[in-house]
Amino acid sequence: MNTAAKQFVRDATRLSADLRHRGLIQTALGKYEVKRDEMKARFHDWERARQLAADTKWEAINHLDQYLDQFVRQLEARGTKVHWASSARQARDLIRGILAARGARTVVKSKAMTAEEIHLNEDLERAGFTVVESDLGEFIVQLRQEPPYHIVFPAMHLTRGEIKDTFEARLHDAPSDTPEELTMVARRVLRQKYVEADAGITGANFAVAETGMISITENEGNARLTAALPTTMITLLGIEKIVPRLEDLALLLPLLSVAGAGQLLSGYNTLYGGPRQPGEPDGPEEYHVVLLDNGRTAYLADAEQRDALHCIRCGACLNVCPIFRNVGGHTYGTTYSGPIGSVITPNLRGLPDWKHLSYASSLCGACTETCPVKIDLAHHLLQNRRNASRVKPSWWQKLAFKLFAPVANSQFLWRWLVTKGGRVGWVFHRLVLGTRFDPAYAWTRTRDLPPIAPQTFREWWRARQNGSAEAGNGGNAAKP
Amino acid sequence: MTVTLFIPCFVDLLYPQVGMAMVRILERLGHRVVCPESPACCGQPAFNTGYWDESRAVAAKVVDQLKSAEVVVIASGSCGAMMKVFYPDLFAGTPLEATARAVASRCFEFSQFLVDRLGVTDLGARFPHKVTYHDGCHSLREMHIHAAPRKLMASVRDLELIEMRQPVCCGFGGTFSAKFPMISTAMGEVKCDAALETKAEYIVSSDSSCLMHLQGLIDRRKLPLKTIHLAEILAAS
Ligand code: SF4
Repeated sequence: MNTAAKQFVRDATRLSADLRHRGLIQTALGKYEVKRDEMKARFHDWERARQLAADTKWEAINHLDQYLDQFVRQLEARGTKVHWASSARQARDLIRGILAARGARTVVKSKAMTAEEIHLNEDLERAGFTVVESDLGEFIVQLRQEPPYHIVFPAMHLTRGEIKDTFEARLHDAPSDTPEELTMVARRVLRQKYVEADAGITGANFAVAETGMISITENEGNARLTAALPTTMITLLGIEKIVPRLEDLALLLPLLSVAGAGQLLSGYNTLYGGPRQPGEPDGPEEYHVVLLDNGRTAYLADAEQRDALHCIRCGACLNVCPIFRNVGGHTYGTTYSGPIGSVITPNLRGLPDWKHLSYASSLCGACTETCPVKIDLAHHLLQNRRNASRVKPSWWQKLAFKLFAPVANSQFLWRWLVTKGGRVGWVFHRLVLGTRFDPAYAWTRTRDLPPIAPQTFREWWRARQNGSAEAGNGGNAAKP
Repeated sequence: MTVTLFIPCFVDLLYPQVGMAMVRILERLGHRVVCPESPACCGQPAFNTGYWDESRAVAAKVVDQLKSAEVVVIASGSCGAMMKVFYPDLFAGTPLEATARAVASRCFEFSQFLVDRLGVTDLGARFPHKVTYHDGCHSLREMHIHAAPRKLMASVRDLELIEMRQPVCCGFGGTFSAKFPMISTAMGEVKCDAALETKAEYIVSSDSSCLMHLQGLIDRRKLPLKTIHLAEILAAS
């Protein structure tokens, strides 16, 4: 096993047995589920809305070249400087360059998963900039020097008490653990930072090709301050954020909020169209948009999984995923966790190192069922597994499945090797059952295993065909 | 009609009474039942692990055996999904593609066959117990079966169905349960908690593999729960 897989198994083992963690996540998401279902019910037809959103994103992704071009032309017409970054490193270099040219020292950021993806904060801090996260959840995990736990709720794994302790240790200010007072502490700190900041960095939820505008959805107003107060604004976004028309937002904004947070519409939905125009009272002097590829065009070339680029990063698939809910967001060791992370990470960062994420799924399909833009997530996990075993097969698994085929296909071998052989094997298996010597220890450590029935179905069927009296009911049933 | 009943490996070896119940019900309804003795597997373990060539070696035999069947009834929602939904993918671009698609179109899971194909909901069964129903994920989300088992249970005398709050996975997931036993077990615990909350005596399902996982946990932890396959209830009178 490689390092990433080892770390995953180690952390998953610890957290899936951690009942406190399980309870915390269940409570947090339990509230979300109630609100989400309430809001879904307000749609005339939620399923139609999903299909429409999927069609819209399909159109955007399948004509990405045209829409990106339109988007950029519109932005540039209003004086925005547009930059293209093909890799994470190039994006970091570009952003550092913009900041240096503006003589910036302090940067305030609103929530941006693309910035996590390229590890922007670490890079800027290493270069001597002060970086402050302004989204409350991000602010908290930044204080704790942790990555976000969830793409929408970065601090969902923390209790009020833990947040209070963090504030006390890092800000020396935590009057109580009530959410109101803690928020006031964060607000005091952040307001000061907004005034001091030389530049603001944001992400984007959508990029409207028709009008050349960035759409940002948030609940705290922090992105608006990040964009409005500093003299320089930088938006970093993946090229897949494009939507063709402004009116598409009428569907996508509520869809994002309902699926992601159980809100009909988030508190603030703002469109940004460029730097301050002549005669305008506010807005940044300079506006830079950095368009990030970082593996996305390679994904675009994969006809089977291209729809993964439809993702609007709503987090709904994480919320319903029983794996995510049991192992938690940090266990994945990736920027994007949960089902979408397990689908795209192995393709973006290498199958050999990351395929374990595609295997760590019961393929229950809750993700596919919930995704508001209808990404075929569960089936993509299967395709990743197929590709992984093509690239680098595990010889013993391949051999086992190769040997299994003739056995399953032969009446004779099934009867003698599996059925009768299995009964003999059981006699010995019983002796080591549930111990370290048990070859089925992975199962029997926590679960009992039924023995092979005294009369299997095929034995019964054969006896019946041969005209002997109808045989008994000899299975492993709990008899009523 | 002649019904070809496909009995997958774990039903054959571990839960034969489920297959027997299906045979009796189908015969009682006046159909002729045939059961191919081999192959004993639909090829799903290899498929789900990513070994599609090895899976095809088993699945090709299944397709061949079933190609002239009038209808195929599968004694598991999970194997049903494999044959109905995944065979077309598995055989895409191979000479067997058309045959696999034709077989897939004639495949039914047991409860789906009774309700949607035969239009039967009342089998005259009686089961005086409180039960909750576990939707196997493949039944629910690949086969889109939700109403059929509930319609069948609604006609069982003295059966009281109490639904769990959410349809969540039991954590089995085939080889997943052995590759990631700790996650699988945690998921099973969550499922058992949900079932216990309903105060039902039985977890009923159309998937013996899910029930094997849950029963394994129930036995180990001595939980006040039992598991039973829907067909066994329907065969009881
Ligand atoms: S894959 Fe779908 S559900 Fe998951 S984050 Fe993306 S849009 Fe949301």
